[in-house]
Parts: sequence; C-alpha cells; structure tokens
Amino acid sequence: MGSPRYFYNVAGKMIPWFAISFLLTLIAGIYYGLFVAPPDYQQGESYRIMYIHVPAAWMSMFIYIVMAVAGLISLVWRIKITEITIISSASVGASFTFLALVTGSLWGKPMWGTWWVWDARLTSELLLLFLYLGIIALYSAIEDKRVAARAISILALVGVVNIPIIHYSVEWWNTLHQTSSVTMTGKQAMSTSMLIPLLLMGISFKLYYGAVVLMRARAEVLERDRNTRWVRELVEGEMK
Amino acid sequence: MNPIRKKRLYLIGMMVAGIGVAAWLALNAFDENLMFFFSPSEIAEGKAPTGHPFRVGGLVSNNSVNRRSDGLTTAFDVTDNAETVTVEYTGILPDLFREGQGIVALGQLNESGIFVASEVLAKHDENYMPPEVADSLKTAHDEGVSEMQQVSVQ
Repeated sequence: MGSPRYFYNVAGKMIPWFAISFLLTLIAGIYYGLFVAPPDYQQGESYRIMYIHVPAAWMSMFIYIVMAVAGLISLVWRIKITEITIISSASVGASFTFLALVTGSLWGKPMWGTWWVWDARLTSELLLLFLYLGIIALYSAIEDKRVAARAISILALVGVVNIPIIHYSVEWWNTLHQTSSVTMTGKQAMSTSMLIPLLLMGISFKLYYGAVVLMRARAEVLERDRNTRWVRELVEGEMK
Repeated sequence: MNPIRKKRLYLIGMMVAGIGVAAWLALNAFDENLMFFFSPSEIAEGKAPTGHPFRVGGLVSNNSVNRRSDGLTTAFDVTDNAETVTVEYTGILPDLFREGQGIVALGQLNESGIFVASEVLAKHDENYMPPEVADSLKTAHDEGVSEMQQVSVQ
C-alpha cells in the first residue's frame, strides 16, 4: 500500500468522488445556511458568516492534527506517503487558517466593534498560521526532500501543543471570543435549524481537503519519483 | 515493533511531552497577562493593575445606562452578579450594546472609582437561536419569575 505507484493510481480514482461529494454538500450547506436557517435573535443575519468561519477554523486544527500524526508515522516508520501527506496538507491548512482569521475579523467588526484583539483565542490561531508558514518555508529551504520531510515532521509535532491551547483558550482564560457552541458531547448551544447547515459545511470542507490533498500528493509523488521507470512509462503513455 | 522504531517512538513521545510541560509552565507564568479582561469582583479584590489601562468585562446592569448631558458620554454599570463597576465612555457604542449584554471596556479607574473607558467592545455568548425561540424563552422566564414572586408573597 505504501508504494508510490499504487498510491498514485488509487488517489486518482478517489479524487472525483471527493470532489463531487464536496460540491453536493457545499451547495446543500450554503443553501440551508443562507436561505433556510432562521436569523439569530441577537446578531440577525450577520451570524451567517459563521457557516464559513467555523468550518474553516475546524479545518485549520483538523489538518494540523493530521500533519502531526503523519509526522509521527514518518519519523518512526519512515513511510514516504505520510511524508508527502504532511507537505501536501500544509498549504491547505494555511489557507483555511487564513480564511478563519479573515472571516473572523470581518465578523468581529460589526459584532464586537473591532477587527482584531490580542485575546488568547485569536492570538493562538494566528500562531497556528505562522506554524503552517514555517513548515512550508522549512520544507522548501532544504534541498533533500527526505531530510526536509523529517525536519517538518519534527516541527509539526512541536507545534501540536498549540492545538489544545487554541481549543481550550476560551475556557482557560477570559477572552473576547465566546466559548464553543458546538461540542462533541453535551447540550448544543445552537438551534438545530442553524446547526444542520453548519455540520453540512463542516463535512463539505473536509471533503474539499480530501480532494485537494490527494491532488497535491499525486503531484508530489510524480516529482519525487520522476527518475523511476513507472513515471517515465506514465509520461510516455500520456505523450502518445 | 523493532527496537529502532521503538526507540524513535519513545524519543518523540519524550519530546512532545517535554514541550507540553514547557508550554504549560510558560502559560501558567503568564496567566495574568493572558487574561483579556478583569471581572468587577477581581477589581474589587484589587487584582487589577493600577498604573496603566486594563480591561473590565461583565454584563451591563439592567436600568443602569444613562446618557450624560453632552449627548456623547454614556455611563453604565458592569456587573458579574457579585460586584459592580461604573463605566463612563464617550463615543459610539457597538450595535450589540444593550442592557444585559456582555461587554469588555478598556480604560482606567479614576479617583472616584469610576472606570473611564476609551474603548467598549460587545461580547456575545455561544448561544444561537431564532428570535421566536428567544422570545418564548424570555416569556417563560418572566412567567417563572412572577410565579416565584407570588409563591414567596404567599
């Protein structure tokens, strides 16, 4: 299963499924979120930016955890595919983090009265963006990609302590950002009619990540294996 | 598992645990500075800094908002349901500002114990619901309160 050629072929077959289910859940999520879900009792219509902001913030942490786990596997078992997973995920994760910060800022201005404050939640999320950028920069700075992968594995594992800090920042300290509305267990602080589109968007963003990370990983596999026979045969087959 | 992998796993585990402990110690040391605001109780206990501006956070007390004669300055009480601090602010308040709303104000205490704010931010909670649900919750709450008052009168 770890063979790059096998991965290349299987990933190629999986991408369309991820892409189609992403589009379907995205359309359903946006429709329910913007047209069906009721306005909020306090924030009116403005709260709808949550349907981008919250899933993007979830993804920013989810992708980082994926990278840290892949980093652990890479360091211990030296599997090429997990090394490729880390770097293929990094820019997607950075984009979602950026999206979460920007939408949060746009939401903060009308509701809180400010674009940005240095509270624990916002600051730790900004730190996450810098971690992603650091991983991307470190990888491109090292010529030997297997060495580079080992370096970013360590960085991904070092940075993983920030994830519980982001998640619990709103409980450990006084912050301007409110505490979580959606929790794995216990009572939801959000009406079901508002929660359904949010969960749809959450699933949709994960499927998007699935599709994009597979595309990027395939490209990375070709790049690394460019001198092997199977890639040459593949390219020659395409040329004909 | 072969011994080399076991050793690597062990080393990584040690590294992550070490960084976790270091981060925990650092965050504990900076605890005060990571607090975005102080509650009125903390101010009453004297925990808030004196020489420089800080933030106070809490709920705007009911029936405490009044505008001063200049038309721009608003005074209101901020409470955490234990202690209260009077805040004075000159400027435009955020849309969510109202009685019963959570707010965070940046400023300093003056000699008479009034918190003079240079910035007021609205804080909202984690609850999201349609207006009808909020209305019926409020009605049910008010009914419950009046029933309890009747019971205590009897």
